[in-house]
Parts: sequence; structure tokens; C-alpha cells
Amino acid sequence: MWSLSCTRCGALDIRSVRLLDVFRTATFRLAFAYLLLFGVSVLLLLGFIYWRTTGFMATQADETISAEVQGLGEEYKRRGLLGLRNVIIERLSRPGQRSLYLLTIGDNALAGNLPGWPADAVETAPSWINFTYERGTDADKETRPARAMYFSMRGGFRLLVGRDVGELNAIEGAIRSTLLTALSITALFGIAGGVLISRNVLRRLEAINRTSQDIMSGNLSRRIPVQGSGDELDDLAHNLNRMLEQIERLMTGMREVADNIAHDLRTPLNRLRNKLEGAMIGNPPREETITALESAIAEADGLISTFNSLLLIAEAETGAHRDTLEPVDLSEVIHDIADLYEPAAEDRGIALKFVAKTKVMVRGNRSLLARAAANLVENALKYTPQNGAVTVSAWIDPRGHRPKFSVRDTGPGIPEDDRERVLDRFVRLERSRNTPGSGLGLSLVSAVARMHDATISLEDAKPGLLATLTFPEIAEQDNGHETIVAQVRRALPGPKKARSGRQPEKQG
Amino acid sequence: MRILVVEDDREAAAYLTRGLKESGHIVDHAPDGQDGLHLAIGGSYDVAIVDRMMPRMDGLTMVRRMREEGNKTPVLFLSALGEVDDRVKGLRAGGDDYLAKPYAFAELLARVDALARRQGSEAVVTRLSVGDLELDLLSRTATRAGQKIDLQPREFLLLEYLMRHAGQVVTRTMLLENVWEYHFDPQTNVIDVHISRLRSKIDKGYVEPLLHTVRGAGYSLRAAS
Repeated sequence: MWSLSCTRCGALDIRSVRLLDVFRTATFRLAFAYLLLFGVSVLLLLGFIYWRTTGFMATQADETISAEVQGLGEEYKRRGLLGLRNVIIERLSRPGQRSLYLLTIGDNALAGNLPGWPADAVETAPSWINFTYERGTDADKETRPARAMYFSMRGGFRLLVGRDVGELNAIEGAIRSTLLTALSITALFGIAGGVLISRNVLRRLEAINRTSQDIMSGNLSRRIPVQGSGDELDDLAHNLNRMLEQIERLMTGMREVADNIAHDLRTPLNRLRNKLEGAMIGNPPREETITALESAIAEADGLISTFNSLLLIAEAETGAHRDTLEPVDLSEVIHDIADLYEPAAEDRGIALKFVAKTKVMVRGNRSLLARAAANLVENALKYTPQNGAVTVSAWIDPRGHRPKFSVRDTGPGIPEDDRERVLDRFVRLERSRNTPGSGLGLSLVSAVARMHDATISLEDAKPGLLATLTFPEIAEQDNGHETIVAQVRRALPGPKKARSGRQPEKQG
Repeated sequence: MRILVVEDDREAAAYLTRGLKESGHIVDHAPDGQDGLHLAIGGSYDVAIVDRMMPRMDGLTMVRRMREEGNKTPVLFLSALGEVDDRVKGLRAGGDDYLAKPYAFAELLARVDALARRQGSEAVVTRLSVGDLELDLLSRTATRAGQKIDLQPREFLLLEYLMRHAGQVVTRTMLLENVWEYHFDPQTNVIDVHISRLRSKIDKGYVEPLLHTVRGAGYSLRAAS
């Protein structure tokens, strides 16, 4: 149950990370910025149009009312209240008239086409009210919005002049919805345009990115695609390509020089070695001659092995082995190495411990990984004093699920300031000058690590050195579910392929 | 033994030929793959030593063609390209063993010897014996003069390899390659320590030692007579 729910939360995590990644992409950000800019300008423009149109229509209506009120006011001045009433009645009888009139005293209507003073009048400005009224016959009544101006006269008379604004409101509504639709369409276009434009630009950046990654992983012959449009991105691609050509030319030159040196020096070394060996085979030589020849051969072997290491490091660094990576069980590799070095360690009074509980699968080159592990173990054995301990372990980091292996010793360790440096070629710390070795051991480990996209860390194990290689997470990790065949193989060391039956030691 | 040497570097070829002749072998030399192929198919050799990089026809092609023609002569590849992938490529092309230049002549001799003798013994063996030392491959037990010897699994594999090559010189790299399946030369004397442990188990307390050290070359397991 626990593992099931954990798998789920893992999957969820991955999904949310991917979503976050989308938000983090430059495509998304550029598209979003574009949309924001585009949207805000369209909103401002349409808002302005709306404001002006509706404002203009409302002003027109108000001006009509004002004009009528002015006309009625003059009528009142000239002919008094009775005259005003007559004019209202006369205007109401005109065909096609659309105004609303009401002349009242107290609650009694004297003239007009409204039944009484509106109950829901809302004063929007001094003497201006908005209200609703009912229009039409009893069978077909409808409530309509209206706007009016009113004023009071001497003797408690009140006059209201207004107009039906239902149509005006409808037009306003129509304009509003048109504008909103326009805005949504604009937003849609904005999103599409933003994505298109930014994707177009960023696809080319992405191509540059991918190519650089490819180049960093050792494929120096890759080039960035040039579109031929002659724009800035093409210029960039072009310049980068020229830079890459230069780098490749220099690198190839360097490699050729290094290979030639190694080859040209290896051949005479080989001949030297052969001749020495030949001298030993011939007529029975004196014992001293043999000793001298043997030590000369040993020196030649030392030189040859240094050249071999250098060539191997160069090979690992150029990523030449990358296409031959296959699933490798780190536990098995370090178990084999521990098994190989265990008697040698015991001879020196050092306990060599092997700790791995499950399979630890990585994508790698078994032989190079074994060599890296062997180098680390040899290094540890070299510096660990008698009665010390060297522990090799492989495990999968519970956080991050990254495969790791480490070699820990109880020797003097490496001072913090020197830890970076010892991974370089030929670097040997002053105090270790007297011990044998070429100074290439750790740099080979670091080259192998780089080739596997693994990171190497050197830490203080208090006391001693803890060297850890951390590999990238891989999908096909089958923890502890060994096949029966593998279990049998482990238990019964058959000829050739079988692994030793030594069981991993329990940790702790 | 009849040995075919296919090598374009004249000096290297001369050295190889001389060394092999001095060790009592009959040697033919071909300067490139095409001549090598003709000789290999025409004559009957016990072992062919083939360089990888040669003019006219490279070693890989030559051996592939040999195998296509049904020729089963054991092939030892020699190459300056010493690393892992090259070894795999060589073995895939039909090679039987692979030795990176520069090599020790003793190493070459031991491997040639092992290759030539391997050909004869194709039958499945369940018991091996050298002198009074016996190894039962089925029950995975070792006895000397009837006395049971307690062996670790890896020691058993080591002894098995030595016994399968009884009387021959077996080098440290051959042991590392065949018992541990790794191809590199350890800086420390790890193999020697394994051998000395094994020696203390099989030879200690017996008058006649079986496991001998061969100076400058490696080890050999053999009975006195």
C-alpha cells in the first residue's frame, strides 16, 4: 500500500513539475507579455469608443428633454398654468410623439401620459431622475425605463418632462456586448499570435540549445541550423557555427597531436620493451643483467601504462563510448571489485567491506565503471594505514532516486582546498609523492564520471576520504526483484559467467 | 605449432616472427589482410595473429571473410586501439582473443598457446585433474590426494581456469580477463595475492608444489613429471 501511494505521489510531482516548466519557458512568458500588451491596448481603445458613443447618445437625449423643458417654461411664463396644460395636451395628441409629460398638483395628475408621479424615481443629478413606467394596453403591458427632468412651480404644481430610454439602453447593451465579443476575439488572437510569434523565435533558440547540448556531450561535428533569412538569429547561428568550426579544428588538432604523441611514443617504448625482453630470452645472462633488464622492463611498463591511462581519459572525455552504454548493475561491479581487492587489502591489514542491499542499475560501460571503482579502491588502499577500513557501497538515493556508489577509507583524507585539484591530470599531493602511481587515477575516475553524466564528490569522512559518484536517475530500476536465474547464479558459482556467491554484508 | 602472422609494420612483424621461431614455432608472415586471407584459407595453421589496422584489407574484414569461408583457425587480434569497444568489435568479427599493443611477448606467447590448445578440447569436461589434484565441476569440490580442499567460489573459478590450462603459462591479465571478466591492469599486485592464497590451500603441506610462478610471465599449474 505504502509503495503504491508513494508511486502515485511521485507521478503527481512529476506532472506538476512539468506544468511549472511550461510557465517557466520563455515561450509562455513572451506569449503572455504579448497578450497582456495587446489586450490592454484593445481594451483601452474599445472602452474609449464605448464611452464616447453611449455618452453622446445620453447627451442627445438629455438635450432634447432640456429643449422641451425650456419650451414649456416659456409657454408657462406666457400663458400661465392653463396654457401649459393645453400645450401638453396638444403635444400628446401629436402623432409619433415620444415624450413623457406629467403636470401634477400634490398627488393629482392634471395632464400628461403618466398615471402618477413615479414611485421608483432615482435622482441622478439635481432635477434629473431615472424611473420606470408601464406602457401599452392592459393586455400587453411592459415596464420601460425612462429619464426625465422635473421642476416645481408656485402653488405646489410640479412638471415632469422625460423620454423613454429603453431603446437607448438596448443600444448601449448591444454596443457593450459587441465590444466584449470583440475583446474576447482579440484575446484569442492575442494568445494565438503570441504563441506563434514566440514559438517561432524560440524554436530557433531551442535548436541552438539542443545543438549545444549535443556538442557538449561529445558530438563536436554538429552545427546549428541556419534558416537563410539573414536575420539576427541567423547571424547568431552563423557566428556560433564559425566558432564551433574553429573549436573543432583546434580540438581535432590537439587530439591528433596527443594521439600522435601517444602513438609515436608508445611504439618506440614497445620496441624498447621488446628488445629488453629479447635480451633476457637469449643466451643465459648473468643474474645482475636479468635484474637490470627486469627493472628496465618495469619502467617501460610504467610509462606504457601512463600513456594508456592518458589515452583512455582522452577517449572518455571526448564521449567516444557514449553510444555503447548499456544497463549495468553497480552493485555487481563494486562487488566484483571488492572481491578482487579483498585479499590484497587483508594482506595489508585493512578490512575491505562491501555494502549493497539491492541492484543499482545505471546506464554505463561496465568495464570503465569497474576501472573507476578499482582506481578508487586502489587509491583508498594506498593511503589507509594498517587496521584501517575501506568500505565500498552502492545504493539508490531515496530522495531523487539517483544511483550512487562510494568508496570510504580511514586514511588521512584530502585537505578541502586540494579536493578539486586532485581530479586534474598528474596532480599528486606533496605528501604522497613517495607512494607509487602516475597521478592519473582520480582524473580517470572523474573522466569516467563525466562520460556517464555522473558527478563526483570528495568529502571528509572524519577520518579519511569519502569519494561518491552520483549517477543520473534511470527509469528501469528493478529493486531487489532478482530473477530466479540470477539468484541461482549467485548461489552457485558456475564456470565463466557466474558471480561469486559472497552475499552482501548487512549495513549498520 | 604453425602460426600465421599478419602484420604490416615490418619491424613488429620481424620481432614477432623471430620470437615465435625462437620459442619453437613455425611462422608464416603476410604483410596485409588480403595476403593473410589467402594464406589462412590455403594453409592449416594452429593460430593466426592478426593486426587490426593494415593496408588493402584490415584485420576485422580479413577475419570476417575467413569465418565466412568456414575457416575456424583461432585468431588473436593485435591492435594499438586497445580499448574496450575495440576489443568487443574484434571478438564480434570472429576473433578469439584480443591483445592491445604494446604487449609483453610472454603475454602473447601464453595467449597463443591457450588458443591453440583450446581448439582440441571441445568436449564437455566434468572432472579435471593435475597430478593428485582433482576438481569436480559438477559437485564443485576440489581434492588433493583424496583430501578435501575448502575453496571460496572465486578461488574455485581461478583453480578451474588454471587446471583447464594445466602445463601452460597463464598471465595475470589472462586470469583477470577470464576469472573476473575485466580488462585492465591493476596497479597493485591483486592477482598475485589471490594466487598466493590459492597456493597456500593447494600446495601447503605437500611435498610436490603444483602451482609455479613463471618469472616475467605469470603462473603455471603442472605436475612434476
